[in-house]
Amino acid sequence: MPDVPGASGAEGAGERGEVAALSHGWGRALVFVYGLFAVAATGRSAVQLGLEPGKAPLAYSLSLVAAVLYLVATTCLLLGGRTGWRIAGIAVTIELLGVLSVGTLSYLATDLFPDKTVWSHFGQGYGFLPLVLPVAGLVWLRHTSPTAT
Amino acid sequence: MALCFAAAARPTLAAVTSWLYGAALVVAGLAAVLLVVDLIRDRAAQDSHYIALAVVELLMLVQLVVGVVALSRTSRDIEGAVFVSYLVTNAIIPVVAAFFSLAERSRVGTTILLLAVVTVAGLELRLWDVWGGPHA
Repeated sequence: MPDVPGASGAEGAGERGEVAALSHGWGRALVFVYGLFAVAATGRSAVQLGLEPGKAPLAYSLSLVAAVLYLVATTCLLLGGRTGWRIAGIAVTIELLGVLSVGTLSYLATDLFPDKTVWSHFGQGYGFLPLVLPVAGLVWLRHTSPTAT
Repeated sequence: MALCFAAAARPTLAAVTSWLYGAALVVAGLAAVLLVVDLIRDRAAQDSHYIALAVVELLMLVQLVVGVVALSRTSRDIEGAVFVSYLVTNAIIPVVAAFFSLAERSRVGTTILLLAVVTVAGLELRLWDVWGGPHA
């Protein structure tokens, strides 16, 4: 994946200390993908909860959690600022823990997940991007850390 | 008369949806190759990319119209909400990606366009699943 902000020195948009630069440079690509996932996860949970909410309550609530996290991360990346940076960090960290635990559980305890979530099998249905995304997000947040100056 | 028309239009429409699906995959694939090549050459998003993206967008708009008409005519059990939301999303993605990449005149912009065409191709595959193959 090309979302390695460290390799983007020439773009210069993500210089340290510039918290407003969260959505510039590679951050803009990140916002784009996070936005896509916010839409995808929201749509998925809306369909799942709207059509048959009783079928797989755990999987569907996790879809909803994922949707909220993607929305929060997208918004915070766009807003920028110290608070945005901090909340984005929390959201992306929970997202990483979520995709790792749900990914593992979906292999080990298949009966827990009669239907899929965005994070099932480490996001296999989404080209494993749900696994790559939080890592890219954390790398980017580290790169744009307001305290690193 | 109207019934006759509907009966005659059905197989034609099925052919159109298959053809559109194939065309969308081929064009998105070609655009992706072009973008990857220019990404390797460290090029910013440029005219040829936007032309490719415009072709993808045009196909998506046609597909949106044809898809909705085909959905309204089919008697098969298709998840209509999912189907239409995929069609609409695919028509929006190239436009949003174009604006995003215009704001980032570097290889980041090229990367955004690449992510967009790959997403469109991925959603096409999902659309095909939801539609249930070539039969209408």
